[in-house]
Parts: sequence; structure tokens; C-alpha cells
Amino acid sequence: MANRQSGGSNTAGGGAQRPNGAPQNKICQFKLVLLGESAVGKSSLVLRFVKGQFHEYQESTIGAAFLTQTVMLDDTTVKFEIWDTAGQERYHSLAPMYYRGAQAAIVVYDITNQETFARAKTWVKELQRQASPNIVIALAGNKSDLSAKRMVDHDEAYAYADENGLLFMETSAKTAMNVTDIFLAIGMFL
Amino acid sequence: MDKSTSSAVSGTLGEGEEQSVLEIPLESEALAHRKQSDLQNESGFITDDNLGIIESGDGGKRESIPGGNDDADGNTFSSCVGSFGTKEEEEQQASSSDPEALTVELTKALDDLSVTTSGSESEQIQSNGVEAIRDDNDSDMSPLWRSHKHHVFILSEAGKPIYSRHGNEEKMVTFFGLLQALVSFVQSDGDTIRGVKVGETSIVFLVKSPLILVCVSQMSESISQIESHLTYFHNQILSILTAKQLQTIFEKRKNYDLRRLLSGSERLLNNLAGLIEVDPSFVLGAVRCLPLANTVRDSISQTITTVLNKHKPSVSVVFALLVTNCQLVSIVRMKKVFMHPMDLHIILNLIDSSESFKTVDSWVPICLPRFDSSGFMYAHVSYLAEDCQACLVLLTTDRNSFFPLSEAKQKIVDRLRKQNSLDAINASMNNKWPTMSYVNVPEVRHFLYKAKCRAQFVSPVLDVPYLDHNTEDEESPPEELSRDCPRAAKKISPELERLYSTYYRMHSRLHAQARPVKIIYWVDDKENWLGWNTSNFELYVALEPLIKKSAAISAVNKLINWVQKEERRIFIVHAPTF
Repeated sequence: MANRQSGGSNTAGGGAQRPNGAPQNKICQFKLVLLGESAVGKSSLVLRFVKGQFHEYQESTIGAAFLTQTVMLDDTTVKFEIWDTAGQERYHSLAPMYYRGAQAAIVVYDITNQETFARAKTWVKELQRQASPNIVIALAGNKSDLSAKRMVDHDEAYAYADENGLLFMETSAKTAMNVTDIFLAIGMFL
Repeated sequence: MDKSTSSAVSGTLGEGEEQSVLEIPLESEALAHRKQSDLQNESGFITDDNLGIIESGDGGKRESIPGGNDDADGNTFSSCVGSFGTKEEEEQQASSSDPEALTVELTKALDDLSVTTSGSESEQIQSNGVEAIRDDNDSDMSPLWRSHKHHVFILSEAGKPIYSRHGNEEKMVTFFGLLQALVSFVQSDGDTIRGVKVGETSIVFLVKSPLILVCVSQMSESISQIESHLTYFHNQILSILTAKQLQTIFEKRKNYDLRRLLSGSERLLNNLAGLIEVDPSFVLGAVRCLPLANTVRDSISQTITTVLNKHKPSVSVVFALLVTNCQLVSIVRMKKVFMHPMDLHIILNLIDSSESFKTVDSWVPICLPRFDSSGFMYAHVSYLAEDCQACLVLLTTDRNSFFPLSEAKQKIVDRLRKQNSLDAINASMNNKWPTMSYVNVPEVRHFLYKAKCRAQFVSPVLDVPYLDHNTEDEESPPEELSRDCPRAAKKISPELERLYSTYYRMHSRLHAQARPVKIIYWVDDKENWLGWNTSNFELYVALEPLIKKSAAISAVNKLINWVQKEERRIFIVHAPTF
């Protein structure tokens, strides 16, 4: 997917785009999947991370989309292989196909919508039950720029994440807040 | 028709979970008479299309009604049905030239039904509904809503709203209830409603259990053409859910709200509606091809075949398509399988309506209803490269083969780049071809030529008078026009609309089941027109207005010679197999 990487040169992560660009480094590669209710901003988060872009009207994903992004962490080149899944109910049965074999998952909810937080919890349960036992799960409360319309309390989500051993951040694909950070935090963790 | 003498409509309102049965007496005698007079009033329409408001004879002998060209699923509807009379509607009919009459009538018909409802309980439900509609006049059934020339409504057999092209279907629950009532009123008599013609407006029903699809159109298509459009909508829904899943859902729960399962795919339906309005490929049942030199196209297809063959047997691709701007560049298929043009249109619509495919590799479950309506295939969808905006679609039945297909795709791109095929594709995409001046038959202004056995068609690049340079240039950059595939978002010029609607009229005459004609020659104020249906091709031509018929015939012959000469460049003449 050479063309994809060349398209991602303006990312926040920066660093070497090609493994052979930094021959001395250790190279790490892992699979990551994004899960969560529809319209919480999964595709927007990935688009912000991989391309540094944000679209106010991001169209809903059909099926699933695959993207890669390479970043430098200390002296390690980390290549993320990301499955961005569609959140609609009809695609639920396909989800195992994407989280099976994934080393990390970001479960996304929308801080302005309590239901999406409940849905995120069921995703976490499903992952704990069915995904690989070592999977790193991160919880992302997206749309933090809309905190005026907040319906999910930060501390409540934090406590839940803490209880379940999840990484937790509130993110905003729109303002780019914490977007690269959450991916990097996962990278560090692994 | 017995049904006109006081009958019961079993209607289900969409709102409640339980069915409410309404007893609705209709005026009987007047209705029966009116139907006769309608038939006479509307005779222009009926002779034109051998369709329309047709009822079986008073003697009770049910004639089978010509079904227009071909009902795509091979079903023949048993009969057509008369209009539904209310006084208001009759008045409207008298002044049926009012193009906005339709929705007014339906709303009024609804009012009228509710007034004549007997039984206190159902009256209450109904009058609440009317109240709701009146409220909605300010919002979703506003004058703007009424002003749209083309509406599509999809509902479940229980009357639950699923989709409305314009407005919020949720706020039109009562209106959907009315549509459902119309269908079940006719069904109660063992019959199926097909269409109602009111002045310039056609209301066409397609009952595909468990769904009901309705189109209200003021464009000039015939009823059978609109039926085929609705079949595209039905297929679009099947492609998202499969026929099997759809059946299972509604067997379990008749009142299921299907919007839950379709959420996120509204843009596919909206885009389809837009394309149907501006692209003749749906009426023709054919696709456009990107013009390419025969050798270039062959080497592209060959490359795709070779690379995918190397990945066998771990990955078996059933179809591989290369597409740009709704035009087919190449198609490769497994032996003994074929892709129906209707399935092809589903894929073209999917690509056309999804910007996000341009930046990522996607893995899309899709059901191709004409290929297999019970199961999903998986489509690996990706654009070749940032410098070549052609979209490669690899269809397989194995849901786990994304990564091998990604690998194969990259190899295909590398090889195509090496052999300069990417440049050739780009050059053709940017090239306005064929222009009418290239075709060099000065008497011809525009044409559509469909090669029947290939289900492909060609038309020249739009030019004056059908292309309004002034308005189009403002809306989109010039290269957009060269693609000659009008996008859904684009409004077509009134002249182009006139061109297409004349083509469609000819199409419906050529395909009328009762009295099909092989060749049509028309003269009107602005053009001479020729429509010609042979066993090999269909041809629709707009000719200069001042030429004689003999000159027109020789011009058309020249045009056919040109098509034959260029055949290998404008069409895909052979599709290799894996």
C-alpha cells in the first residue's frame, strides 16, 4: 500500500515513513481495530490520525476500511494497521473478523450521547470475552469539543475504564485533541 | 368491479405496534363511472404506453394487462386498477394540468377517508393522523416538498415508513399509512395495484413482499419505466440486507422498523434516485464504457486475470471490475458466471456515492440480487492510485480474503503502471470523446446506441443545445463535464431533460408489450427524432429539425457505420474469464 503511506506524510506523528528510511531502528507492527456505535467518530479519528484531516460531514462507513500509519516512538518504528469498522447494527456479526487477531482496540463513544457509552461498554465486554486475551483496549470519549452538550461524565467514564483496565482519553477528531496521543499511548503500551 | 360497492380497507397505521383496521366506505357508483371517464380523458397516456389506469371489464373477465417492457424479476402483475375517487380528487382531475396536484390530492384523499371513517376508535386514530399531516404542512410536507418532481417512498407491508427521498419519513407516518391502505385495498380483491395517473403525475406501486415501493413522478417516464426504477431501489435494499434476511426479519415481526438496519445507507438510495433522474443507463438497462483502444483494454483485463490467477486457489475472485465515473473500464469474471446490468448498477452506485473509498481500502459486504439474492459477497474496493482515479472492485465469496486481495491489487497496480495503462486510463478520462464533430454526421445532434448483447451503450459528449455552458460551468469545473456521466448532485439543463424524456417516450413505445413498434420517426418543433429497435441494437437519435426523412435515414446509417467501426474502442467486446 505504498500510495497510502505517501498520502500520509503530513501526519502529526511524523517520523520515518518507510522502515528502510531508518535502518537502525527496531520495527514494530501491530493490528488495531476501532469499534463503537455508528456516528461516534471512528472514521474521523482515524482520518485525523492517518491523514491529519477532518471532514465536518464524514460519510458513514460501509463495511470496514483498512488504513496504515507509521510513526516513530523513541527509536522504534511503529506501523499501525488499522481496521475502521462500520458501527451499524447490521455489521455487528462481522466484527469478530476484525478484532480477531488484533493486538489493540479503540472503543469509541460520543460524550454527548449516553447510549453510545452504554454501547461502548458492551463492546468492551465482547472484546474481553472473545478477543485475544492480551488485547489492549482503549476507551475514547470522542467529540470533546462539544463539552457544552456533554451527557457522559468524564469521571464516570474514567472510573469505568480504571475498573476494567482500559486506557482512557477524551478525544476530538475536530480539534485533533488527544488523537495522536491515544494511538501513541497504545503504541507505548505494546 | 365489485370492490367499488362499499368495501372494507384493512389498513395498518404505521404508528402503533398493533394493527388497526379501518372500515372505509367509498362512494360507489360515482367511482365506477369516473373510472370510465378517466380512461377516456387519459387515453393519450394509455395508447402511448398501453398502461395506465386500466381496469378489468365490467363483465368481470379480467384481462391480463400488458406489462410494459420487462418486469425485471419476471413477475407479471395480474392487472391494473382504477383511481381512488374522492370529490376533491375529481375536482383536481378536472384541472389536472396543475403539476402540483398530486400530493394535494393524496393529502385531501386522506382527509376525505378520515371523514368517512366509521367507528369511534379508528376515527380517533385517523383524525389524529390528519392533525399530524396538517402540522407537517409547515415542515416536511411543505410547498417545497410538494414542488419536487420525483418522490420515492419505501414502506413495509404493515405500513411502516422506511424511506422517503424528500423530507423526513418519520413525519409522514400518516401519508405512508395511506399508501399502504391503497395497496391493501386492491389486494383485498386478489389484485395488485400498479399505478395511478393523475394529469402529468404518475403514482407507481411496486409490491415486493415484504416491501412496498412507491414512486410519484412528474417526469415523463412510462409506468413500466418507473416500475423498473423502483426495482433498482428494491435491489439496492436487497444488496444491503439480502432477500433472505429481509424475509426472516418480517416473518418474525411484521411491525419491524427497517430503518434500524438500513441506517447509514440512505446516501446509497439518495444517490440512486439522483442518478436515475439524470442518467439514461437505468432506462436502457445498460452501462457506459470508458473509451479505450482495444489493445490497451485487453492488456488491462489480461493483467487483472493473470495476477488473480496466480493467487488461486487460496483466493477465488468471482468478478473483478475496473470503474471510473460510472463507466466500466474492464470486467473479468469467473467461468460460467455473468453479471446482470442491474447488479452492475448497484456496484456503480455504491462507488459513485462513496467519497471515502478514494482514500482507504474497503471491505464491503454486498449482495448482488440478480446473482444470488440470499447471500453476501465481499468486495475489496480501492482506487488504483492517487494519480489514477479508477476504482478496482474485487468480488469474492470468502470473507477472510481481504489481505491476499490487497496484495493482488498492489501487484495489479504495479503492472498496470509499468505497461502505461494508468496513463491511458487517465488520458481517456480527461479526453472529451466521442464528440459529435468526431462522429462527423452533421445531421445528428445526439444519440444513444445500446449494444443489446453486451448491455452496454454509448452516447456522445454533450454539447449545445443540450449542454447549457453558462449554468454548468458555474457549478462544476470543465473536466467534470468531460466525464459525460452526470452526477447525482448535478441538475441537468431543461434541454437535456427534454432530450432524455423524448428518448424515454420512444423507448416506451419500442418496448410496449401490446403493440411494440420497431422504428419510430417523429418530427416536433425542435428536432427530428428516430427510435429503432433491432435484434442487435437499440438506437435513439435526435436529428436537426430541417432535414428530410430520407436525409435522416442516410445520416442514421452513417451513424451506425461509425459505431460499428469504433465498436472495439467504445465497448468492451470481450470479457476474459479466470
